[in-house]
Amino acid sequence: MNVVWYWTLAAMLTAYAVLDGFDIGVGAVHLWIARKDHERRVALNAIGPIWNTNEVWLIAAGGMMVPTFPRVYAASFSGFYLALTLVLWLLILRGVSIEFRGQIDNVLWRSLWDTGFCLGSLLLALLFGVALGNLLKGLPVGQDGYFQGTFALLLNPYSLLTGMLSVVVLAWHGVNYLRLKVEGELCRRAQKWSRILAPLASVTIVAATIATFAARPGISSNFAAHPVLFVFPLLMMVGLAGGILSRDENHDRHAFRSSMLVVMALMGSAAGTVYPNLLTSTLDPAYSLTAFNAASAPSALRVSFIANMIGMIGVVIYTVYVQRTFRGKVRLGDHDY
Amino acid sequence: MADAVIADRVQFAFTVMFHYLFPILTMGLGFFIAVLSTMGLITHHERYATAADFWVKIFAINFVIGVVTGIPLEFEFGMNWSRLSAYSGGVFGQTLPLEGVYAFFLESGFLGLFLFGRRRVSRVLHWLAGVGVSIGSLLSGYFIVATDAWMQHPVGYAIDSANGTLRLESFWAVMFNPYARSQYLHTINGALLTATYVIAGIGAFYLLSDRHQDFGRLSVTMGVGAGAIFALTQLFPTGDLNSRNVVTYQPIKLATMEGLFETEKGAPIAIIGMPDTDHGKLIDPIYVPDVLSYLAYGDFRARVNGLKSYPKELWPPVELTYYSYHIMVGLGTIFIAQMIFGVVLLWAGRLHRSRWFLWTLMMAVPFPFIANEAGWVVAEVGRQPWLVYGLLRTSDGTSTNVAAGETIFTTLGFAGIYAMLSLLFVFLIGRVIYSGPQEVGEIAQ
Repeated sequence: MNVVWYWTLAAMLTAYAVLDGFDIGVGAVHLWIARKDHERRVALNAIGPIWNTNEVWLIAAGGMMVPTFPRVYAASFSGFYLALTLVLWLLILRGVSIEFRGQIDNVLWRSLWDTGFCLGSLLLALLFGVALGNLLKGLPVGQDGYFQGTFALLLNPYSLLTGMLSVVVLAWHGVNYLRLKVEGELCRRAQKWSRILAPLASVTIVAATIATFAARPGISSNFAAHPVLFVFPLLMMVGLAGGILSRDENHDRHAFRSSMLVVMALMGSAAGTVYPNLLTSTLDPAYSLTAFNAASAPSALRVSFIANMIGMIGVVIYTVYVQRTFRGKVRLGDHDY
Repeated sequence: MADAVIADRVQFAFTVMFHYLFPILTMGLGFFIAVLSTMGLITHHERYATAADFWVKIFAINFVIGVVTGIPLEFEFGMNWSRLSAYSGGVFGQTLPLEGVYAFFLESGFLGLFLFGRRRVSRVLHWLAGVGVSIGSLLSGYFIVATDAWMQHPVGYAIDSANGTLRLESFWAVMFNPYARSQYLHTINGALLTATYVIAGIGAFYLLSDRHQDFGRLSVTMGVGAGAIFALTQLFPTGDLNSRNVVTYQPIKLATMEGLFETEKGAPIAIIGMPDTDHGKLIDPIYVPDVLSYLAYGDFRARVNGLKSYPKELWPPVELTYYSYHIMVGLGTIFIAQMIFGVVLLWAGRLHRSRWFLWTLMMAVPFPFIANEAGWVVAEVGRQPWLVYGLLRTSDGTSTNVAAGETIFTTLGFAGIYAMLSLLFVFLIGRVIYSGPQEVGEIAQ
């Protein structure tokens, strides 16, 4: 059950990264890609009706950690105190920006919220990447299972690199989403950006992978012990190759699938690398919080799993339904962001 | 250490009270939007669809702020209250993800569909989306109240002998905690009552300013009609059931709420009075004899324990609990009187013409919000010094690796951001109300 929950949480966070990833990505680039007001409206309308549901994956994943790995929740949330506070403020900024921009038809009002949305999205992408980097690298988790994550500690060269990676990959993912959802000049610009970002993403991923070997010496042991994990790097290569090759106008669909694959593979590789640790201690491996030593009692894990998964089946069904309702290219006048 | 605990408490109190202003309305208004869309679907009358569209604009702005201010609360359980999470997360945390999974996905997914899908789905599906939003928001309330109820009255757990933390014994006991049931009914009823005040109040604004007459009449009638019902059910049965919980499980809270210092047979109820905790008495009280005994135990001569029969270190903060309770009950009484009077006017056919009464409806809008918040202060402050009643002290639930200074810093940040959000909210809601319900569908072009 512990193993199941470990991978369930990884899957929930992956779903979050894939889904909210593209709307964070759109937010990160829309200031430059969509220059005129009506273009920005099209770009925002593409994510408007679904960004909120995408964000719920984060809330649900965080919620699931409480009953399953309470000590990890306690340690990571209190340890990443200021960083998470920033995440909260940025989430507020982002949500308010996208929802309130359309309320008033005024140039200044709209530029204000466009900038807010862009800033919020960019910094969130960076912070999530930094957080992932620190989880990979390990944290000074003490014997009591807690640590204090000051900025001096969290913002190290390695995690800044993973932060950059997150920005590039999510921007690429967002641009690919726009390729699917918009038309005309805007779409052509998205294709142009996508052609630049795909190789850039490949380079950062290669760099980050090399850096990971340096930051976490034992990285290969997990992959050697569980060869099935090689599926993730493999998928990553497929995704990157597909992304670089999807240059043409009629490859929009492939491009989006490729970046989706890459985001999934990145999250999967990260989860595979640290498994079974949820928080790796740099002080003493014995202090690490793992899926086994930091979990709730087996009965609680089982019950939570059943209760949550029954609900998740429903969620997946109607999420697919709602997303299908909004499928196809966005035209103005449809919604009002 | 004490400083850190106070900083943590102030932060949670501030962020949760600010947050709750918004879900009160989404939970309550969601129900009425569903009712209006149902009426529209059945009667095919334009006025119901127009009304539903208007309220959903108000709903959407509330929803956004409710969402973005709600996430911090979930995070704070880990950030500032990590020892609470580590100690009992395996038990009380059960209901937390279920809120996301069973309610929040539903609410946010269908809100998008309801707001933007009118031309993409059929009438019936659009109506279903509206109902889905309402069900989602009502359900999400249950999971949150169940989480709180567990802290009020922990059930379904066992103490793990290995590390002293709590371990889940019965999922269903946590889910259907007897404390949660009546607390939920009282909470939801409060939200519905608030929505009736908002609906009636805004309707009264239009009638008084001679605009959107049909919408105004519909809103005032619906608000007053439903408001009278919910004002009564707020007191009985939901309020009564809820206070039975307190009588049974938290007698110290009962004594604090009522300002009862001495143990008495035939305890009186204090209508007003100011507690003097140093001397253990109420100053300038107006008592009604024997009533508290009757309300608590159904017997006018029943013995009710006063605060002095408990060690002082177990007393909750007396003044805050006492006043919050009296504000809640006082306002609740006024709501009943006002709404019943409105029904009488409606019955006499004069409701829409009684300008002075419409004025009182319009001016009353903030008060149900105050009453709801006051009720929660009674529940949470009255639970002190416990975080998990009888098991974990509030001072033992905080994060030891987060300093008071850090919490003060983030609280200041939240205060600034929430001040901005309040201004935005007032500005945007004001605009929606000012431009009125005419333009169907579009918020802005």
